[in-house]
Amino acid sequence: MSDSNASATDLQAPTKEMKVGEEVVIELNGMHKWYGSFHVLKDINLKVHHGERIVVCGPSGSGKSTMIRCINRLEEHQQGQIIVNGIELSNDLKKIDEIRREVGMCFQHFNLFPHLSIMENLVLAPMWVRNIPRGEAEETAMKYLTRVKIPEQALKFPGQLSGGQQQRVAIARSLCMSPKIMLFDEPTSALDPEMIKEVLDVMIELAEEGMTMICVTHEMGFAKTVANRVIFMDGGEIIEENEPNQFFDNPQHERTQLFLSQILAH
Amino acid sequence: MAEQRQYEVGMHPDLPPPASLVGVVGWMRANLVSSPANTFFTLLAIYLIYLLIPPMLDWLIFSAAWVGDDNTVCKNETGGPIAAACWPFIKAWMTPFMFGRYPESELWRIKITYVMFGVALLALVIPQVPFKKWFALFLLIPFPVICFYLYVGGSFGLMYVETNLWGGLFLTLVIAITGIVASLPIGILLALGRRSNMPVVKAVCVAFIELWRGVPLISVLFMSSVMFPLFMPEGVNFDKLLRALVGVTLFSSAYMAEVVRGGLQAIPKGQYEGAQALGLNFVKMMYFIVMPQALKMVIPGIVNTFIGLFKDTTLVGVIGLLDFLAMIQAGSSNPDWLGYLTTGFAFAALVYWCFCFGMSQYSQHLERKLHTGH
Repeated sequence: MSDSNASATDLQAPTKEMKVGEEVVIELNGMHKWYGSFHVLKDINLKVHHGERIVVCGPSGSGKSTMIRCINRLEEHQQGQIIVNGIELSNDLKKIDEIRREVGMCFQHFNLFPHLSIMENLVLAPMWVRNIPRGEAEETAMKYLTRVKIPEQALKFPGQLSGGQQQRVAIARSLCMSPKIMLFDEPTSALDPEMIKEVLDVMIELAEEGMTMICVTHEMGFAKTVANRVIFMDGGEIIEENEPNQFFDNPQHERTQLFLSQILAH
Repeated sequence: MAEQRQYEVGMHPDLPPPASLVGVVGWMRANLVSSPANTFFTLLAIYLIYLLIPPMLDWLIFSAAWVGDDNTVCKNETGGPIAAACWPFIKAWMTPFMFGRYPESELWRIKITYVMFGVALLALVIPQVPFKKWFALFLLIPFPVICFYLYVGGSFGLMYVETNLWGGLFLTLVIAITGIVASLPIGILLALGRRSNMPVVKAVCVAFIELWRGVPLISVLFMSSVMFPLFMPEGVNFDKLLRALVGVTLFSSAYMAEVVRGGLQAIPKGQYEGAQALGLNFVKMMYFIVMPQALKMVIPGIVNTFIGLFKDTTLVGVIGLLDFLAMIQAGSSNPDWLGYLTTGFAFAALVYWCFCFGMSQYSQHLERKLHTGH
C-alpha cells in the first residue's frame, strides 16, 4: 500500500477547479441487490452530475464494485431505480445496449481481447456498435493510443504488453466509443507498483478534460487529487459521502475512521 | 575448457554454451542415453524397429508385385496369391475404388469438382494468395450447389446418375466433407443452446446431444436405412445416401457440440463483460469475441472429431453404400482377384492416413498461426 500511496501523492497539481455541471447523468434511487438470499446492496442513493469525479472506497466485500457494475447492467438490481443519461435501466435489452454505448468501463483485469491486436481491440466496438467506417475508427484509435502514450504498440497483441500498458489500452478502448461516463473498477489493483502511476496519470488527464467518472479504487492519493466526492461503503451501504478534504481529515463515521486509519497507517 | 577469466561487474559477456549442450552429440546425449532407463528404452526401440520395419518393407515393396495388368504376376508357382503386396490389383481396380460404379463417361463431372476444390483449397492454404475471403465463400456456398447438380445430373442436359451408383473414395469424400462442413455450425448452435439461460432451448439441446451421443453410429445408420422408411407414408421415400448423410451429420454435430462447449467454458467471464461493457450485443459478442477464442482453443478437439468422422464414414458400408473401403472389399471378392484383400486394406490404410494426417498437420499449422502469445 505504501508504494502505491507514494506514487499517487506525487501526481500532478491539484485539479479541483474543474467545473461540475448541473445535469444529473447517473441517478440511483433506493437501489437494492441480492445474490440469492444475500443482500449485497442496501438502499443505495446516489446522484452523479455531469463532469463529476467520484471515488468509491471501502473494505473488500462492501459492494462497491457491484454498485458500479449495476450502472451498466453487468449486474442486475432487484429493487429501486437506476437512471443513466436519462434512460432507466430495465430488462429492455435495447435500453441496456444504449446505456452501455454511453458508459465506458475499465476493469481490474483489463479484459482486453487476447486474440485481437491492440488496434482491433480499439476499433471493434466503434465499427460494429456505432457503425463508424474502419478508416475513421482507426484514426480515432490512434489518437487515443497516442494520448495514453503507446501508439507504437498498435499492432501488437495484448499478451505482449505489460500490465500498465494493457490497462492504458483498455482505457483507450473505452474512450474510442466516446462515452459520456467512465466507470473504473479497481483499475490499478492488479498492477505492479511501478505501473500504477502511468495508469493514474491517464485517468487524471481524463478527469481534467471534464469526463464524468466513478472510480472504485484504493488509491487515496488519487482520490485527494482528483475527486469531487469520496464515497465510503461498508456492508452494502453508503456510509459516508463527502468532499475529499473533509473526508480524509475529518471522517464522521466511526467505520470510516477505522478504515482510513487502517489503510493510511503505514 | 577455456580458463576462467575475470570480468568487471556488469561487463560479463554472453559466452557460448559448452560443447556437450550443442550439436548431434549433445542431442543424442540428452535424448537417447541420458540415464540407464533412457538407454534401455533407446535400445529396445531400436530392436523393435529392427523386428518390424524390414519385413514390412519387404512385404510392401521388395517382394511385392508391381507391374502387370492382370493377376498373373501376383500368383506363386502353385497358382495361389503371393505372400506380399499385389499392386496390380489396386491398379486394375483404381477407377471403381475412386468413383464406385459411377458411369465412366460421366467421371469428368466429378473430376472437375475435384479440380475446383483443389484450387480453392490451395488458395486458402497458401498464405501469399490474395482474395482468401472469396475462395472461402466460393467453397461454402456455390461449390456445394455446383457439386450437387454435377453429381446428380438430370438437368442442364446432364445424364441422371442414381446415388446407388456413387461409390469409392468419391462417396467417402462426399459423406465426410458434408458431415464436416455441416456438423461444425450445428455443433456450435447446440453448444450455445446447451449453455443458454432459456430452459426450453437448453433442454432441447441437451436432449438432442445426449440422444445422438448415446447411440452407436451403426445403429443410427441402420435406423436411417431400415426403420425410417417404415415410418414414412406410402410412396414417400428419401434417398438412402441423403438419409445416411443426415445421420452422420447429426451424429457428429452432437460430438462437435460438446467439444465447442468445452471451449466456451474456458473463456473467462471478463471477456464477456469486456464485450458487454463496450455495447456489443449477444450475437456480436459471440461472433467477434467469444467464438474465435473458444474455437481456437478447441482446434485439436474439433480436428479430432473431423478425423473420427472421416474414418467413421466406412460404417456406411453396412447399409449397402459402397464407400471406399466397401469398394475395396467388393473388388477383392472378385473371382479373378481373390486373396488380395490385404493389399487392398494396405492401400485403404495409406489413403485414410494421408487424409487424416493432412488434417492433423493443417490443424497444427492453424494453431501456430492463430497463437497470439497468451
